[in-house]
Amino acid sequence: MSHATDNAVRASGRRLNWRRYSRWSTTLASVATTLALLVVLTFVIGRLMPVDPVIAVVGADADRATYLKVQQELGLDQPLYRQFVIFVGQLFRGDFGTTLLTGRPVMDDIVRVLPATIELATVTIILGAGIGIPLGVFAAVNRGRAADHVVRLIALLGHSTPIFWIGMVGLMVFYAKLGWVGGSGRVDIYYEGMTDEKTGFLLLDSLLAGDMDVFWSAVSHIILPASVLAYSKIAYLSRITRSFMLEQLHQEYVTTARAKGVSARNVVWKHAFKNIRVQLVTVVALSYGGMLEGAVLIETVFGWPGFGQYLTNALVIGDMNVVVACTLIIGCVFITLNLISDLLYKFFDPRIK
Amino acid sequence: MTTNSKGLKAWLTAEDTESPTQAAIQNIWMIWRRFADNPLGLLGLGIILLLVFAAIFVPWIATYSPFEQNLQSALRPPGGAHLLGTDELGRDIFSRILWGSRITLSIIVIVSIIVAPIGMLVGCFAGYYGGWLDTILMRITELFLSFPSLILALAFVAALGPSLENAVIAIALTQWPPIARLARAESLSLRHRDHISAVRLMGASNLRIVLSHIVPLCIPSVVVRITLNMAGIILTAAGLGFLGLGAQPPTPEWGAMVSTGRRFMLDSWWVVSMPGIAILTVSLAFNLAGDALRDALDPRQE
Repeated sequence: MSHATDNAVRASGRRLNWRRYSRWSTTLASVATTLALLVVLTFVIGRLMPVDPVIAVVGADADRATYLKVQQELGLDQPLYRQFVIFVGQLFRGDFGTTLLTGRPVMDDIVRVLPATIELATVTIILGAGIGIPLGVFAAVNRGRAADHVVRLIALLGHSTPIFWIGMVGLMVFYAKLGWVGGSGRVDIYYEGMTDEKTGFLLLDSLLAGDMDVFWSAVSHIILPASVLAYSKIAYLSRITRSFMLEQLHQEYVTTARAKGVSARNVVWKHAFKNIRVQLVTVVALSYGGMLEGAVLIETVFGWPGFGQYLTNALVIGDMNVVVACTLIIGCVFITLNLISDLLYKFFDPRIK
Repeated sequence: MTTNSKGLKAWLTAEDTESPTQAAIQNIWMIWRRFADNPLGLLGLGIILLLVFAAIFVPWIATYSPFEQNLQSALRPPGGAHLLGTDELGRDIFSRILWGSRITLSIIVIVSIIVAPIGMLVGCFAGYYGGWLDTILMRITELFLSFPSLILALAFVAALGPSLENAVIAIALTQWPPIARLARAESLSLRHRDHISAVRLMGASNLRIVLSHIVPLCIPSVVVRITLNMAGIILTAAGLGFLGLGAQPPTPEWGAMVSTGRRFMLDSWWVVSMPGIAILTVSLAFNLAGDALRDALDPRQE
């Protein structure tokens, strides 16, 4: 009898393990397919280009022999499927080719510009989540009252504002008219290059070096672009926090807690809010990645030497190696973030286990 | 028969309907009543109607030609002969914004016309057939969904070459996936309904079932979805124009106008501000109207 139960327990344990294993492999397989499709998509984008890349290198009046030679060097004389194989091979070596203008490896450039964007995105998400989430909770608690409508209007405006335009208006008002903040770039021009690059994050580097002048200059430069980007995050996060909170506030445990005499503040923050933390973390993580989108426009407006500006410049001159590399990286970032938020969900939510 | 004697109102609110048409019209009437209860939604609808009106009658409303240069009156502030001032080439900004409304509206309309059938067909076939077709189509959809729409549009425009037509194609390429996902969810719930089984028993082919029995039922939710996406389409188009990858100057596209005004913004604020306000107003209007429409169609949500 006990032997049989033992076996049953072991078998069910094995089945559970197997189920977990198969669920993992499904996730992995779906991520792998998406990645493979991403590679195909970027390859197609790279080959759609309107300009002949050979002519871009040799110039329009090169003779036939040079043209063919360069075409061969670039691997463009090969049939399309061969080109694709070569493309994938390069990707596996982390080789995205060189840029059209400087001839430097694209990968080096991206590593150089990325910290500026990450710094901007981090300040943005701190501002955005720090304001947006409490605003959403506030709206949910005051549902249907004036405060709720005000928050809703703020969010709607945030969804409707062209981000590049509000950035320019911000520059006109706070930089040109009032002089409260710094203008283009990451620091005032005379501080440029004064701090050793340890991490590439200027705020951190200048603090580490104890260079407070540079630090405050960097703060005055980052605050406006970060606030503008944060506004759209506030719009998004306040709406989603509100709907998460409303879902919780309708639950019976909230009524029970209220009936027990728990204070209104504790019901909201200690009970309801505690239950939406996981959902919020995943949403914030995803919108952290979404910053790469706003960065393209905002970095152009603010002359911010980051990933977005790098991509925009490449787009304007049609440097397809850079465009392909950037698209691929952004795609990978998003697929990874989706995967992480999936896993976080599974890890933190006991019901899914 | 009785409708005329009791008046339109009675016909619209009658408890027992006489025909399917009456029921359908009553349904629309109910949605409209709920929509009209929302003042912000009405405001949005009003602005959209104004935009359509402006776009149709520009030649008679605009006080100047959108391209006519007059360097002597360049960068004039708002007021006087130029309601919203003039730009660096002396062109009247008010007239340019009015002409730009045609561009904005055509982008929205063309993108919607391209996107709705593609999204619906992909979604309905994936949902109805299931199996490997579903897996493949949904993987592709998810790939497109995993990109921020502006980035994907940018990459496509860079590959196709910057122009207004290519911007429209690129935006359309980024807008079909959410619709496909929606249509798939709808057809998944529809495919086991009784009326679909009945049609199948009558010997209808799968193709016929999808095209004439599933697709029509997906249309209402797809329409709402597209309305909600319109603000996003406007902002993406303006962003492409701003980066110089959409409409090219001298086309009076609002995003491109903001972009060219950038060099003069410190001295002449109106060159940048006015087209920006136009973008903001129109995309806000679509957001307000879309929100109200969603609430009106689904009264359960708050």
